[in-house]
Amino acid sequence: MDSSVHTSLLERIGDVVLPGDLLFSFSPPEAGDANPKADRLICGPGLRRSGAEIRVCRAGVLKHKQPNMYWVNCQQRRYVPAKGESVIGIVTAKSGDVFKVDVGGSEQASLSYLAFEGATKRNRPNVQVGDLVFGQFTIANKDMEPELVCIDSCGRANGMGVFGGDGLLFKVSLGLVRRLLAPQSDLVSDLEKMFPCEMVVGMNGRVWVKARTVQHTLILSNLLEACENMSTAQRHTLFRRVADGGI
Amino acid sequence: MDATSRLCMRTEMELERSCPVLREYGSEQSLLSRPDGSSTFVQGDTSILAGVYGPAEVKVSKEIYDRATVEVLIQPKMGLPSVRERAREQCVRETCEAALLLTLHPRSSLTVILQVVHDDGSLLSCCLNAACMALMDAGLPMSRLFCSVTCAISKEGQIITDPTARQEKESRALLTFAIDSNERNVLMSSTTGSFSVQELQQCIAISQKASEQIFQFYRDSVKRRYSKMQ
Repeated sequence: MDSSVHTSLLERIGDVVLPGDLLFSFSPPEAGDANPKADRLICGPGLRRSGAEIRVCRAGVLKHKQPNMYWVNCQQRRYVPAKGESVIGIVTAKSGDVFKVDVGGSEQASLSYLAFEGATKRNRPNVQVGDLVFGQFTIANKDMEPELVCIDSCGRANGMGVFGGDGLLFKVSLGLVRRLLAPQSDLVSDLEKMFPCEMVVGMNGRVWVKARTVQHTLILSNLLEACENMSTAQRHTLFRRVADGGI
Repeated sequence: MDATSRLCMRTEMELERSCPVLREYGSEQSLLSRPDGSSTFVQGDTSILAGVYGPAEVKVSKEIYDRATVEVLIQPKMGLPSVRERAREQCVRETCEAALLLTLHPRSSLTVILQVVHDDGSLLSCCLNAACMALMDAGLPMSRLFCSVTCAISKEGQIITDPTARQEKESRALLTFAIDSNERNVLMSSTTGSFSVQELQQCIAISQKASEQIFQFYRDSVKRRYSKMQ
């Protein structure tokens, strides 16, 4: 493998690829490779290694991130849990020391009562069935039940935990969630200019918003759902009309 | 997201004998809000609406520890599903199982629901094409795509691709093939009537040639859809 592999792959960045497409095939690296890290290629979501070939397994747009990460961006609605992702869950059951949390995947996640900040056997968190939790997956693979925690590795909550009084939870597609969570996204900043609001975005497609009044909250949720199919110019036009009170 | 359609000019293409003729077909994706993936596929007057749910929770009795469970339901336009629909469901299910990467989602279920909107021949082909578009819309991992072509052999031995209901009734044999996108292999075949081995080989060759058009149509549809995403 040499840099011509990346060259041929970079030519296809931004192309639409379909399942079964062959991106490239390579021969195993020789023993005398001087810089093995430069030749390493990371298959992101939507790509799959099949022997000596890299094939696409989802329909979407091929993307690239320096130096060697490739993935396929695809529109999707069903969430599949992945380790390290922050999600909004709904507590559905409480059995002993473990809460069952619905995250929208194929099975429910488990959340221990000790996974909250400052929780001990004597100091239990106040979690009821039906509460919303914002947590992170520590175990999420296809062979085991996923597990959520509401603390980071230092034991701090960092914004996670039980939340959700007086807000509105609704569901959007995963593509829109990724656009909302992108660091340079101006979608969130545009929204916050219109109304001061509090927003929790989960990577499983769930968004919780709260604004000063119920009307503002509903306007925000409708705007967010509408933004999915709009270009940037259309979105700015709509936001200007809403700010002027035209709608 | 948007309806797309491709016209086959029947008179001009019939002059080129080597080129199989497919009726006008079109497709639309993501038109239902509740399923995880949905599509409609129209071939001539035959129309199918497909919805895909999953990976979702599976009952313990249907659970498979190392693969996802695929369930296919075909709802006819009138009446209740009968044995004929069950046979078609099995064809669609086994084709989807061959194309999907089921080992990535063990102990879960994928449900494909196909509603017949109108039947004017080549129904199983339209079901398979609609199911493939719906699986792509749901973003499920697949090792390859598949499409389906139906051939009818008339009493005089002429091979008709993509027959209408009337042509099906008048023919003496009907053959449906599912073709995969990587090596154009036959994934599934379903036949009625009597035919010879040479006729079968001719039908497979004609179907493989016609599948090029459908795979190009898939690619164009997905390109058109993703070009609107910002």
